[in-house]
Amino acid sequence: MNAHAHDHSPDGEFGFLTTKLEWLIQWARRSAIWPAQFGLACCAIEMMSMATSRYDVARFGAEVFRGSPRQSDLMIVAGRLSRKMAPAMRRVYDQMPDPKWVISMGACASVGGVFDNYAIVQGVDQVVPVDVYVPGCPPRPESLIYGLVQLQQKIARSRA
Amino acid sequence: MAELRTETMTVNMGPQHPSTHGVLRLVLELDGETIKSCMPTIGYLHTGIEKTAEQKKWQQVVPLVERMDYLAAQSNSLAYVLSVETLLGLEMPQRVKDIRVLLAELQRIASHLVWIGTHAMEIGAVSMLFYAIRERELLLNINELVAGFRFFPSYFRVGGLREDLPRGFHDAVTAFLDRFPAKIDEFEGLLTKNDMFTHRTQGVGVITLDEALAWGLVGPIARGSGSDYDVRKYFPYTGYETYDFKVPTATEGDVFARYRVRVEEMRQSVLISRQALERVTPSGAWACDDPRVVPPPKDKVYTEMEALIQHFLIYSQGFTVPVGDAYVPVEGPRGEHGCYVVSDGTNRPWRVKMRAPSFMAIQALPKVIQNGMIADVIAVIGSTDVVMGDCDR
Repeated sequence: MNAHAHDHSPDGEFGFLTTKLEWLIQWARRSAIWPAQFGLACCAIEMMSMATSRYDVARFGAEVFRGSPRQSDLMIVAGRLSRKMAPAMRRVYDQMPDPKWVISMGACASVGGVFDNYAIVQGVDQVVPVDVYVPGCPPRPESLIYGLVQLQQKIARSRA
Repeated sequence: MAELRTETMTVNMGPQHPSTHGVLRLVLELDGETIKSCMPTIGYLHTGIEKTAEQKKWQQVVPLVERMDYLAAQSNSLAYVLSVETLLGLEMPQRVKDIRVLLAELQRIASHLVWIGTHAMEIGAVSMLFYAIRERELLLNINELVAGFRFFPSYFRVGGLREDLPRGFHDAVTAFLDRFPAKIDEFEGLLTKNDMFTHRTQGVGVITLDEALAWGLVGPIARGSGSDYDVRKYFPYTGYETYDFKVPTATEGDVFARYRVRVEEMRQSVLISRQALERVTPSGAWACDDPRVVPPPKDKVYTEMEALIQHFLIYSQGFTVPVGDAYVPVEGPRGEHGCYVVSDGTNRPWRVKMRAPSFMAIQALPKVIQNGMIADVIAVIGSTDVVMGDCDR
């Protein structure tokens, strides 16, 4: 093998940069968030709108919705969470590999919304730890994108 | 040679599965790739909306019922307000009826667009979702123009509409209706003659007419099997008898037949919307003149004592509805959306019950899926176009 250890660029400069490994890791994590395809109710339709033509969340690097929780690192809880569904959602969360984040999308997921009754969990933070709450019923796709950007900033601030 | 000892395998599909339209759970018993039995489990999105509605005043229930079948928000609220108006004995001005027809038809198109996008995506034509949602955004823009809300306009109220149509409404709807028929052709070009799509859909998930009637199926599923039942023709409401349109049907009863019925329904909805738009004047009556339910105009509230009192009563106590019950069905995108309301004479409903077409569709699923292949399950669920919010409520 005769590959050079230091490859020179045409103008004679070394092509490298220095950074903290921690910053680099968090940059990679926040720039390619893969959400789990986890829709519950009405908000899931707005989540779809966010992913498709008009709002195009690919601009923020989070367009790869995965069918399997094992391949994803963000769970967007989109919709009302019933008591019957809560164990299933917790299982999906547990199946996601670390590091993982949760966005609670909409009023129902955040606090139960208008459905203050026997059937709905009054806030998914009773079941999983939530990083970002996005208000609205359902939130506009812009709101969800803003929530995603907030999450990216949170990742940038945290330790790797 | 000794016979191989084999056993079936039980697989849970859902409640978290990308193609089960939310949180439907199917317990499938598999023999290789063949499905021996299928048991749907529902209730993962049970929200208690019907119970919550009993704690709200009559007018406050409108946003609640819109969140049942969230793809057909205005069909739900139309069924509800028509039922309550039947109890109250209100007759709407012609303009209100025409606006309701127009918005309900646009809602049908919007719902079918989500269906065609997700159905095709689940079968493998992923780009179809992007085409469909692009057009749907235009309809959401119209919703936003009308009511300030993309998704759940709550524009139909008991006693009429929330307010008059905004400026620019006719231009926005005309622009959409001019653009959309060519887009349906584009969708059909992508799917109808697409070998991949037809092979996945033709002859799959067949429902015969007798089965459809026996299971209480309605809407595009029943019409794909040869039934011509459409509430708009059989029990016309809010003036549908004055519109000229056809009810598309097919006889094959397979996934592809249901696809063709829904695509043709979108074309018919465009025709109805055009007729309705011609009748709707840019401004005019947007509510009935019953002072029990419709608040007085704002300029009178600020200048006349009686109007102020009336305004205060409507918004603080609400209005009472005479004792009785009423059931009014409407033809939603998924079939007969019926709302049964019972009043005990107070300012809150005693009971609000929705007849959900998705519920009937799911109870027919085992029959359709059984003895099919596991890959066809996705195609069948997509073709029934179930919305779990509608089924579980």
